[in-house]
Amino acid sequence: MTRQQAHQLAVGLISAVAALVVIPIVLVILFIIVRGIGTLDWEFITTVPRSGMKEGGIMPAILGTVILTFGTAIACIPLAIGAAIYLAEYARDTRLTRWVRLAIVNLAGIPSIVYGLFGLGAFVLFLNLGTSIIAGSLTLGIMTLPVVISTAEEAILAVPQRFRMVSLSLGATRWQTIRSQVLPQAMPGIITGVILGLSRAAGETAPILFTVSAFYLPRLPHSIFDQTMALPYHLYVISTQVPDMPLSIQYGTALVLMLIVLSLTLIASIVRTKMRRRREW
Amino acid sequence: MDNQILASTGDGNKIEVQDFSFYYGDFPALKSLNLSMKRNRITALIGPSGCGKSTFLRSLNRMNETIRNTRAEGVILLDGKNIYDPAVDVTELRQHVGMVFQRPNPFPQSIYDNVAFGPRVLGLAGGGSRLDQIVQESLEGAGLWHEVKHRLRTPALDLSPGQQQRVCIARTIAVKPEVILMDEPCSALDPVATLHIEDLMRRLAEQYTIVIVTHNMQQAARASHWTGFFWLGELIEFRQTGEIFRSPQEKLTEAYITGRRG
Repeated sequence: MTRQQAHQLAVGLISAVAALVVIPIVLVILFIIVRGIGTLDWEFITTVPRSGMKEGGIMPAILGTVILTFGTAIACIPLAIGAAIYLAEYARDTRLTRWVRLAIVNLAGIPSIVYGLFGLGAFVLFLNLGTSIIAGSLTLGIMTLPVVISTAEEAILAVPQRFRMVSLSLGATRWQTIRSQVLPQAMPGIITGVILGLSRAAGETAPILFTVSAFYLPRLPHSIFDQTMALPYHLYVISTQVPDMPLSIQYGTALVLMLIVLSLTLIASIVRTKMRRRREW
Repeated sequence: MDNQILASTGDGNKIEVQDFSFYYGDFPALKSLNLSMKRNRITALIGPSGCGKSTFLRSLNRMNETIRNTRAEGVILLDGKNIYDPAVDVTELRQHVGMVFQRPNPFPQSIYDNVAFGPRVLGLAGGGSRLDQIVQESLEGAGLWHEVKHRLRTPALDLSPGQQQRVCIARTIAVKPEVILMDEPCSALDPVATLHIEDLMRRLAEQYTIVIVTHNMQQAARASHWTGFFWLGELIEFRQTGEIFRSPQEKLTEAYITGRRG
């Protein structure tokens, strides 16, 4: 086999593997779109469920997911970015910070049901917040923390050292350097991490199972201490817990959830490419 | 002219270094240096790579402290005040002792924002027209104003490397330093841009005290008043540039400037 043939073989194999990964994803997406698109109309996304969820829309679940995503953002973003700045810019390499980093990496890999149980124990019961939007947001927020911390830290570390040097050499303090040079330049990466973290939170069922989700609540929540429906849990309920559920509603719900998560991911990649084009080191 | 400056500033020394040593961990990068640098003069530091000249330069604005596990000993006086005194605020020191780096390194922002960065973080200008004025003066000082005055809001990175380096010089003088440190400022530039920067240095020396590290022997000979030759962390010879190049007293210096070692 000549070197050229070896090259072609390698390219062929890699392309085949890539196709193997991409094709099922595309098929799943297409399948859900085809089966769910018929259900998707204005009534479906703007009205409450009726007749034991077998008719009507899924508006409370959509809104619940939107609210929970915002709540997750509020709970997660300040903590995650603060931690990332500390780890990237201030923390020295000690045994303690090595343990903290190790913990963050490991926390990112913990199954989401564990976060759900943690939320139940810590927020619902110990802090006595009950099954509520605030308990659910905190649980999802904590689950999202490790991913956002890691991506934000990487984005901050990717800012070339020379800009910090220049800023310090001009008499800026370290905090001024971070705020006026490092963070703006790291922002595309940070925002990407945040949105990807939130899109994962929006699609999770397990963390909200015990902490916020209502099985059937055909109204809007009254406050952050109230329960709410949410799309992932609603999908779980109507797919497994309710007999004789029309398939159209199940696929419609899945389609809406998928569209929300996909649009968050899409926003992330748009932000990334747009802001990356502006910076040219 | 020389006598006037000397008369107006006492002994004329802007910076005095006394028994200054610097360590990276246990490695002595600078060994008990003693020298004085004259006000409004250009002092060139030459020597082979790793001889300590850049380390010495960064000791003058304490930028070495951003590297962990380093230690300084001895005294460096700026206008008679020890910059290594624990009471010294390093951000204030760095405002007085500015620095231009080896590679042009403008921030990925507009020309205006680059030059305005220092005055903004130090609160030197209330903003608005005063800041505009500082930016203009600084760009004029760096000999760049007429080339960029119509495009102040365009990215500094769109300029040529030589122009970028002059943006960096403008950014440095915008905070009104007294001393400007230059770490091989022309090593990434073409010969024409290099001569541009050297002309600029001569003009800047009327207002500032300049210390420049250079690998380029001709540059040291052309552009400086005083030259110091570093070798393995020691200052081997430090004299007026004309003398050191015409008749070096030390064998090592002679070998280096005639190209037999380094």
